[in-house]
Amino acid sequence: MSYQALQGETIPFRGHDGYQSEAYFARPLKTGRVPGVVVIHHMPGWDEWTTEVTRKFAHHGYAAIAPNLFVRFGPGDPDDVVARARPAGGAYDAEVMGDVAACMAYLRSLPDANGKIGVIGFCSGGRHTYLAACTLPGIDAAVDCWGGRVIVDDPKEFSPQRAVAPIQFTARLACPLLGIFGNDDKNPTADQVNRTEQELKRHGKTYEFHRYDGAGHSFFDYGRPAYRPEQAADAWQKVFAFFDKHLAASAGQPAAAA
Amino acid sequence: MCSYIVEKAALTGSAKGRGWMKIDTAHVYYDHPFHAPLDHALGIDFINAANGGRERVAIEISAESARELVRAILSALESGEQEHAAAAAAQAACPAAASAG
Repeated sequence: MSYQALQGETIPFRGHDGYQSEAYFARPLKTGRVPGVVVIHHMPGWDEWTTEVTRKFAHHGYAAIAPNLFVRFGPGDPDDVVARARPAGGAYDAEVMGDVAACMAYLRSLPDANGKIGVIGFCSGGRHTYLAACTLPGIDAAVDCWGGRVIVDDPKEFSPQRAVAPIQFTARLACPLLGIFGNDDKNPTADQVNRTEQELKRHGKTYEFHRYDGAGHSFFDYGRPAYRPEQAADAWQKVFAFFDKHLAASAGQPAAAA
Repeated sequence: MCSYIVEKAALTGSAKGRGWMKIDTAHVYYDHPFHAPLDHALGIDFINAANGGRERVAIEISAESARELVRAILSALESGEQEHAAAAAAQAACPAAASAG
């Protein structure tokens, strides 16, 4: 095995409207241009699993950054922060999009950036990913992992924080989209996933959807009974094949030569 | 699942985590737990909202456990209130005997 090294750390950054925010940033310690990935955390918050996923991307050669989308609910252990975010309704879409855009700018500013940016999100972060891919300029590839409420069937699910259904912006999707879903999921349901695909087809978008039998919501999460090791292993391969195809064309080129 | 649905209950009392604290609110929800090895759990955060609500005493339990807890709470309340009502009635009828007993 070749020598491996990466660095992971919490960094400050200016998020939406200049808010003093924080993110977990991990990058491979190697020479050469690297693509960037923004990791959008799930509703359980900016937790240990999110930092592990961020390091996983660094391990695979990406500079990866995961903003703390609940930073506006104050400091504390992730579970205590989520306990404050939940009754308050969570983060506003505008805040999340602003924070993601700021993280993309951060990744582009790195001296060894190859200029390609991907976004991946899980659970509520999957919905945020779909929304970002349709509304933020400069995303080269996006991965929606079981994002619920991309389609909103019950108007009661709208809130001041989430006042739109991202599906309505599909015509503006400007990058390839990968979707990872469990067929037993209740949010999104298999029917909602099918209707999302129909909308992508109708607009002639570039996408790949992978649906897994025997899997439900959050089937990557090895700390829960929902974990499905075979399906998760296959889906992770799909994620890296997708990002490698769309983001990593310049990876490995010496920085000084670019 | 990944919802922001929270039932709120106004409380009078105290809870103990690292130490005792006054509480005035319970946030009750059914969602992904943080610590319990379950896909979904009934969570309750006991907080003092009047004091900012930043500290909490929390539980995450299975749906079956939550229903058992509800049954136990109602049962304890019913039998406890009956017991105390009976004792109060006895004391009212015969204060000296009730206090001696």
